[in-house]
Amino acid sequence: MTSVPERAEAVRLPIRGDGDLTAVRHQVRALARELGFGLVQQTKIVTAASELARNTLLHGGGGEVEVVRLEGPSGPGLRVSFTDSGPGIPDVERALQDGFSTANGLGMGLGGAKRLVQEFGIEQAPGGGARVTIASWAVSRPAGFGA
Amino acid sequence: MTNPSSIPVLDLGGLLLVSIQGELPDDAAVALQEDVTNAVASTGSRGLIIDISALEMVDSFLARVLAEVAASSRLLAARTVLVGMRPAVAITLVELGLTLPGLDTARTVTEAAAGFGVSIARTGGREEWGA
Ligand SMILES: Nc1ncnc2c1ncn2[C@@H]1O[C@H](COP(=O)(O)OP(=O)(O)OP(=O)(O)O)[C@@H](O)[C@H]1O
Ligand SMILES: [Mg+2]
Repeated sequence: MTSVPERAEAVRLPIRGDGDLTAVRHQVRALARELGFGLVQQTKIVTAASELARNTLLHGGGGEVEVVRLEGPSGPGLRVSFTDSGPGIPDVERALQDGFSTANGLGMGLGGAKRLVQEFGIEQAPGGGARVTIASWAVSRPAGFGA
Repeated sequence: MTNPSSIPVLDLGGLLLVSIQGELPDDAAVALQEDVTNAVASTGSRGLIIDISALEMVDSFLARVLAEVAASSRLLAARTVLVGMRPAVAITLVELGLTLPGLDTARTVTEAAAGFGVSIARTGGREEWGA
């Protein structure tokens, strides 16, 4: 049994239109189910992924998603990373606030997605756009374990 | 009547029933919103029952569509009742911060219909409708 987080094959999907959002949801659902996520955990990460994929499309002008299976010390996990080449998210704190939206949306997507997963990060993508990454684990682990 | 959302809107006589099947892409959700609102107006229905028991996920986009269907139906004097939300979807929506305060809910289509004074008998696995 390995205790080193290890990356298996990654699945990359484009996010260019509405139809791609369905593909992202299916991909995340299938892997979460395969890794033994409970129904609530599956629904949470699929919903978070749906929010972030739509942001990639609407605010980032499209991009791609990478779905990766993780092996942690106490079980398998799932990491989903959304990258676009849009304007990026300069003020992360403000973007995460419930109700903040530059697009006349509800402004619940980003902050809500963060609440739905165990790990959440926003960084600048190499091209200057946004990269938002989420991860959850099939078995909830005590905080402090390395991801 | 054309139905671009391809989701059937069933007229139970003064009461409309929409059963959302499986996955609902964004464009279909928007089409559904228009279809349902038009159907409420053309039938003069007092009530609208939306059955989402087949939905494995409701994100903020879909939640907003559902809330807007209810809001526009209300302006047309029809009350909307949401039926059959899965427990995992309910938990996720609350954590997302979307409690859909403007939407009435019921456990089953039968219960929702009864709220409108319409009784539905279940016979041999088939639902039969009658006022
Ligand atoms: N990928 C992105 N690139 C650039 N800006 C982004 C990106 N994702 C989010 N943002 C910014 O963060 C804000 C908040 O995002 P959030 O998803 O919470 O709300 P929203 O998308 O505007 O509305 P909704 O509730 O419909 O999701 C957005 O309005 C946008 O300004
Ligand atoms: Mg959003």
